[in-house]
Amino acid sequence: MNAPQTSAFDFSRALKEAGLIAGAVVLLAIGLVGFRTVDVPGGIGLITRFDDVVAAAVLAFVGRLGIALLRANRPRPVLGVSLAFAIALTALLVHGALSETASAAQRLLPFASTVVNWVIAIVAWILAARAARLVWHAASDMSADDREARMDRLGARVQEWARFVGPVLLGIAIMLPFLPWTDRRLLDIGILVVTYIMLGWGLNIVVGLAGLLDLGYVAFYAVGAYSYALIAAHFDLGFWICLPLAGIMASFAGVLLGFPVLRLRGDYLAIVTLGFGEMVRIILINWYTFTKGPDGLSGIPRPSFFGLPFTRDPPEGVESFHSFFGLEYSSIDRIVFLYYVILALALVTNLFTLRIRKLPVGRAWEALREDETACRSLGVHPRNTKLTAFALGAMFGGIGGSFFATRQGFISPESFTFIESAIILAIVVLGGMGSQIGVVFAAILLIGLPEFFRDLNQYRMLAFGLAMVAIMVWRPRGLLAHREPTVRLSDHPPPSGGVQPAPRQ
Amino acid sequence: MSGARGSLLSVEHLTMRFGGLVAVDDLSFDAPAERITALIGPNGAGKTTVFNCLTGFYQPTAGRMTLRHPRRGDFLLERMEGYAIPAQAGVARTFQNIRLFPGMSVLENLLVAQHNALMRASGYTVGALLGIGHFGTAERRAVDHARYWIDRVGLIDRADADAGSLPYGAQRQLEIVRAMCTEPVLLCLDEPAAGLNARESAALNELLMFIRDEHKVTLLLIEHDMRVVMEISDHVVVLDYGCKISDGTPASVRNDPAVIRAYLGEDEDEAQEAPTQP
Repeated sequence: MNAPQTSAFDFSRALKEAGLIAGAVVLLAIGLVGFRTVDVPGGIGLITRFDDVVAAAVLAFVGRLGIALLRANRPRPVLGVSLAFAIALTALLVHGALSETASAAQRLLPFASTVVNWVIAIVAWILAARAARLVWHAASDMSADDREARMDRLGARVQEWARFVGPVLLGIAIMLPFLPWTDRRLLDIGILVVTYIMLGWGLNIVVGLAGLLDLGYVAFYAVGAYSYALIAAHFDLGFWICLPLAGIMASFAGVLLGFPVLRLRGDYLAIVTLGFGEMVRIILINWYTFTKGPDGLSGIPRPSFFGLPFTRDPPEGVESFHSFFGLEYSSIDRIVFLYYVILALALVTNLFTLRIRKLPVGRAWEALREDETACRSLGVHPRNTKLTAFALGAMFGGIGGSFFATRQGFISPESFTFIESAIILAIVVLGGMGSQIGVVFAAILLIGLPEFFRDLNQYRMLAFGLAMVAIMVWRPRGLLAHREPTVRLSDHPPPSGGVQPAPRQ
Repeated sequence: MSGARGSLLSVEHLTMRFGGLVAVDDLSFDAPAERITALIGPNGAGKTTVFNCLTGFYQPTAGRMTLRHPRRGDFLLERMEGYAIPAQAGVARTFQNIRLFPGMSVLENLLVAQHNALMRASGYTVGALLGIGHFGTAERRAVDHARYWIDRVGLIDRADADAGSLPYGAQRQLEIVRAMCTEPVLLCLDEPAAGLNARESAALNELLMFIRDEHKVTLLLIEHDMRVVMEISDHVVVLDYGCKISDGTPASVRNDPAVIRAYLGEDEDEAQEAPTQP
């Protein structure tokens, strides 16, 4: 019924596949969705939601069949069904959103939750759009290699855009506190996102450039945070002196861990760093006399603006920020200041990484990632080179940690769990290993959007998971996995008269 | 370096055991300076093991390997750490299965090979970050040095392309010139002609002789391709089961009954063509 290239479509096989998927959905959903505990007077009760399980299975069955049909180049039935379904569902949802009272039509919706229904509607629209594209443009027979090459070209183009997008993003970031719709919440999200961008850039040195899979990065974050809190508490030093000290302490921790560990490769290194991350957390919990254990450290001093604190009523003899500049006291000043501090720290991290990538040590990191044996045969000291990467990555983690401490004013081991390491690593991997601008996009995607949708609290992690799955399916090498050479021969014209420098001997 | 005949490398009583397996058994040979020495032998004879001992990938069980660097004095290779052998003693090597940095450009591959010189020039990174020192000139010189070698193997047009995207023969040549960028006195090549066609093989021979004659580098190569061995080597060492069975000029080795036996068993009639194996 469609183009002649339609190959024989094995309907029974597609049915079997769809049935298998639906079966898997039933198995998964029966435990996760089918039963739900609810509070009832006098204890806990169990309600069953088997209708939802059935709905999920049917949706999975139809969706899978649709994908199989699309793959077999038969888009028309898919287009019809998915478009009708999408329109109906969207209409119902819009109707439900407009009318306050629950109408009979609402009962036609597949699930009780509006968010899940919207997700299904969006998926249906996407399926319809793909089918429509197949109907109007003849199917493109793109092989996986072609697609890979196209994605690499896309990455290259984005990398080119980065030259413009980067400054634009930076401009937006600098202007953010003064934009009319910026409120306290947006600024807080901004601070959080930029913190993760900085941590991502720091970890990018270790994972992206040197190729050392570090699953315990949060340990250095913790070392930085506790260094700042403890130094500030015991020696009465300010934020700006403690910041570099915390960075040094963290990089020292990195070297300390690195010495015995960096002879391991790949998965083994990952496991040991994972263990190290947990060790640091457990030490923080149990060394009560030093770290106050699970109680955490509070009263961490806030940063000052060249010695001007951001308080309403400064102590005797100290002028505060607002009175010095003759401003009305506003609690948001401090937030704006924190925002600029972390933005500056992140920019320093970025500039540092961009510069060091073009230095011999940066090239040696990348060479180590590519082939450690070859590096050794060329006289690159593998352990020292890895140690520098580890120490520098740790340093930025530590600086980020001390910022975290001063922002929160309170830290406890709970803030430094493995999930933090995983999120930072996810940002680096999703962004495309070694890509600086990719980290920015990934951080906005993974931290910013879920924060925005915090109202949908329980679906936040769902969105996180969806984003991860989507990227792994479509861009397994990361959003922007494209590498520009650090140096080009064309940038270095030959001295004079072609290639004739005599060999040095 | 006029009078520097004699041997650049002396291997004495080299033994390498892996558990009960004796991969190299009491091997002694010399590699004459500024000459091409070929190390041949049937599969499993221990040739690559010798290379791995020479370049610090293995710690030999016993024996001594002396490298007489024309400018820096003598080095006992068995006492040095792996990375220091190329950096200090000037021994570079290539690998049987090509080990380039596939995701990095051709030029970057050659710059990594000049890592130690560039590190010193960049003040171990600190200087270059702060803008002290003369890293710029050092880098320009390194790029020029790389350009010289890229031009030598005819890859000027692909200099900024990923090394992994080059055709196989070009990758082989690139690996050799990358080793040359470390400015070695001894270059160890592990089957450089493996998988090359006749034309590429001829180009390789030319490159190796160029390296020997123009750059005064001593070459030590493992090779199965007898066309390469017979055409370019000045000296041949034959191993079998970890022991040296013959040592001499290509012509004398070719007619050595022990060699013929090792390659062919007892049948001597097919001695001439048999060792040629891709």
